[in-house]
Parts: sequence; structure tokens; C-alpha cells
Amino acid sequence: MDESLTELGEHILGGVEDSALGYSVEFGELTIRAQARSIARVLKFLRDDPACHFATLIDITAVDYPQRARRFDIVYHLLSMHQNQRIRVVVETDVDTAVPSVVGIYPAANWYERETFDMYGVLFSDHPDLRRILTDYGFNGYPLRKDFPLTGYVEVRYDDDEKRVVYEPVKLVQEFRSFDFASPWEGVEYLLPGDEKAEN
Amino acid sequence: MAEQELRNYHLNFGPQHPAAHGVLRLVLELDGEVVERVDPHIGLLHRGTEKLIEYKTYLQATPYFDRLDYVAPMNQEHAFVLAAEKLLGLEVPRRGQFIRVLYSEIGRILAHMLNVTTQALDVGALTPPLWGFEQREKLMIFYERASGARLHANYFRVGGVHRDLPPKLIEDIYNFCDPCEQALDDLEELLTGNRIFKQRNVDIGVVSQDDALAWGFSGVMVRGSGMAWDLRRSQPYEVYSELDFDIPVGKNGDCYDRYVIRMEEMRQSLRIMKQCIEMMPGGPVHAEDGKVVPPSRADMKRSMEALIHHFKLYTEGYRVPAGEVYVAVEAPKGEFGVYLVSDGGNKPYKCKIRAPGYAHLQAMDHLCKGHMLADVAAILGSIDIVFGEVDR
Repeated sequence: MDESLTELGEHILGGVEDSALGYSVEFGELTIRAQARSIARVLKFLRDDPACHFATLIDITAVDYPQRARRFDIVYHLLSMHQNQRIRVVVETDVDTAVPSVVGIYPAANWYERETFDMYGVLFSDHPDLRRILTDYGFNGYPLRKDFPLTGYVEVRYDDDEKRVVYEPVKLVQEFRSFDFASPWEGVEYLLPGDEKAEN
Repeated sequence: MAEQELRNYHLNFGPQHPAAHGVLRLVLELDGEVVERVDPHIGLLHRGTEKLIEYKTYLQATPYFDRLDYVAPMNQEHAFVLAAEKLLGLEVPRRGQFIRVLYSEIGRILAHMLNVTTQALDVGALTPPLWGFEQREKLMIFYERASGARLHANYFRVGGVHRDLPPKLIEDIYNFCDPCEQALDDLEELLTGNRIFKQRNVDIGVVSQDDALAWGFSGVMVRGSGMAWDLRRSQPYEVYSELDFDIPVGKNGDCYDRYVIRMEEMRQSLRIMKQCIEMMPGGPVHAEDGKVVPPSRADMKRSMEALIHHFKLYTEGYRVPAGEVYVAVEAPKGEFGVYLVSDGGNKPYKCKIRAPGYAHLQAMDHLCKGHMLADVAAILGSIDIVFGEVDR
């Protein structure tokens, strides 16, 4: 299984040349890392090359790593029903850099890119209709970013006097608790009061 | 008269419309009675499942999957637990695998039964839902007897299933299969040859093979167009490779073919359920790894270690090795996938849910263009969407 994936990875790297940065096989899954600006070229090759024939776009999503300079990984999952093979293509981008849209290659990319834009604020250039999709009309912020609070910023309720639904800032009766389960033996840096003096 | 301006008519379909199968708002642009453009507005049932899962341990995340496609809850759980097991490298005992397959097929019948009969309701037949829901009711009782809940079961766990099935339940499921087949015959008698039903469905919403691939279709939507593609066969998981069942494939890719496929898939599911029960071995239903699977109640009374494990698993949860996996199962509606990213902690770093209905609904504009307004309801019914999974 893994050998055929390695072979496929080499084949793809040979086919798209400098558009791809490398490949890896983990958990029996093939991942290609590519340049964001040439993603369209990579996907077109993957779709049209007879040895790949990844005709179905399964999913596009992003993963947020806020500590990185280019914080978003855009992840494309493809499936080839002809070769019975799956592949994952990953590109990196940041908040300001738009990724070329792949709607021209896979029409199914339309909503997936809209969703990624909606949830992470990643921009896709040349997308025909980059609107929000899942969140409320007039929503602000990008909910799946790691710095967006779980509770959000606004809550809604029906106001009996105004006879309509009103938006209000979230009021929490109790502060949201997120426990740190990392064990102190595993190298978490707890700063005990007074410790910083020892450094100086 | 000469100055009269002709313009297209805009129609809002939903968000509360009985044929919308949930909260879907379709903005239709009509030219007379012909649909020119469809703009589905989704997200009215968006609950932020993916965000919530990032803040929950793996054990706490499972129930969210019941609430996605809420007509076949366990099939969704299945994808998530398989993804977590892949990261953990956990092996499920055979009895656990058979129980999972058995309940996945019950879920498939639940979903198809709802879809076929309500689609018939959309095109004017009232009796099928009344007959079909009687069978669904019996199946939901099987859910309840296994997990304690009729819908939101939370029965599949990482490492196996929550508890073993009582022998009487297994016997009852077996005895249910033949009468259900009879009920399917009755349903087919009502619909398959029915003139009105055929007039409303044949040659409506035709999907060609190329379209099905380009729009990312899966499940019945590709099988209806003549592609023999079923993840249970092509990328088998659990014990599907040992079971004997057929994959029905359509010819024309229209609403009627999809209906016929769903009917046949229900019969195949019954066949799989019977085989599962016949082949089901004894033994444990979940893995014995004490660091992931909670100990039994009896062990906790006697063993200090089991008590500690129980406490740790229900507060902190278990840690999943860092990595990323994508696991898909053949859910009733198509390929349901979970893309799970772990940073080595006790909560998923990222959990993307790939719902089949999302891809199918996106093609509504493509499918409905040029059809009559009344066909929109028939097409919507036959692409089988449930808003729990589309909106997440």
C-alpha cells in the first residue's frame, strides 16, 4: 500500500515539478505540499493525468496555526474513483494572501471555498461568488479561527416589545472555563510568581 | 402594451416549507414556470459543531455526530470513531465490528425509508410515509434497546461500542428482517409502477457521469448515474469485505433511478443484517486498552487501577497521537468523511466534517435549471438532504 503511494507521490512530483514542495505518506495517506500560487496547476494535473485521474473533489478546508507566519493550511482532499485512490494537497497562506480559486477545475469547489472563506477569512482570488455561506446574514468575524471565542460575540433573543429578534453582546453568567490538562511533567512552562527574578 | 417590461419572477422557497426537508431557503428565479436560477441559502441550522468539537475531548465529541444527519445517527459516529482509531492505531474486536456494521445498516434503512417515503409525499402520495414510518419506528426501538436513545444514540465509541447487545435484542432484529422485506414489497407496489409517481420522477434531475464526478457527488447520486462505486466495497472498512451483498447501479441518473436504488439498498441492508447476526462471534465488544476504553463497572469496584482509569478517562480523556487522517464511510447519503487533526492533546485540534448533502445541494442550480417549478421539490427530495449535516 505504502509503496504504491510513494510511487504515486514521486510521479506527481515529477509531473508538476516546482509547483510541489514535497510529499509524505502517513497513516497510509498521501499528502502533497504545494505552492499556494500554483495550486490550480497541481489540481489540474491531478485531475487530468491518466495515472492520477482524481476527478472528484471531496473537500476543501483550512487548519489554523496562529503561531505561524503563514497561519493557514488550506487542505484539498481528492478522490479518484477510477484508481480507487485518495490524496491530500496542502498549501500555506496567511490572512492577506489570496489563494487562486479552483472553481474552474472542479465546480464543486465553489461552496467549499465559500465555507473556508466564511469560517477562516481565507481569500480566494477569481472566485465567482465569494459570499458567506453558513453563518448568519450580517455576521462579523471568522468563527473557526483559533482566536475566535467559542461563545462568539453576539447572542440573539426575541424581544417582545420590539416584536423582533434582537442582537446583543454575549453575557456569560459564569466565565467560560477551558481546563489545561497538560501534565506538568511533560514540559509545560508554568511561571511561578517570583521565578522571573531568578533569571535576572 | 409595447412598453411593458418583461422580467423574471423571484420566488422564495422556504425556510419553512414542508418539501424543503428542513430549513432551506431557495431563492428561485423563474421565467414563467421554468426555473432559471436557484440560489440555495443554507446555514439556518448552523450550530458550529466543528468549533465545539475543538473544545471537547474525543469522548465528548462523539454525540455531536448523532446530530448531523439525525435520521441515521450511528453512521456518522462511525466515521469519527474510525478516524480516532486510525490515529490511535486501535484494533476493534470482531464482535464490536459486527455490531457496528449491523447498526450502520439499520441506520441506512432508517435514512432510506425516510427519504423514499417523504419524496413520494412531495410528489403527491400520502400512504408511503404512513407505512414506512411504521418500520422506522421498529428500527428506532432497536436503537433504543441498544443505546437507551431512539435517535441520538452515542453508542459507537472509540475502540468499539458502548455495551454488548442482549441476546433477545439480536433475536428480535433477526426476526424483523423478513417482515420488513414484506413491507418493502408493499411500498414498491404503491410506488414503483405508479403512473403518477413515474411521471413526476422519470427523466427529472438527470445527472450524467461527468457531472456526478465534477460536482463531487457520492453514494446513491453516483450509483444512480451508472458508476459502481460504494465505499463498503471499494475501500472496505470493518467486516464489509467478508459480507455478501450487491451494489445496485442505475442507468439513467434520474430521480426514478435513485428511488429504485434506495429501495434495493434497503433489501441489501436487510441481507447484511441477517449475515451479521449469523456470523457474529462472541467475545468483547470493545478494545481492552485501558488507556482509551473505560473499565467495566464491576472492575471499578475491585481494582484501584480501573478506578483511576475511569476517573482520568471521564475528566481528562485520552491523548491521541499527533497527525492528520481523513476517514470516510458510506453513509446512507453518500461519502461521509471526517478529517481529523490531532496535536497530541486530549482534544481534536481540528475536525472537519465532510457531509455528502453539502456537495449534493450545491449542484441544485445545475440540476434544476430548465426544469419546472414543481420539479424542484422532486429533485430536492431525491438528492436526499438533511440539514443537520449540511449546516453542521
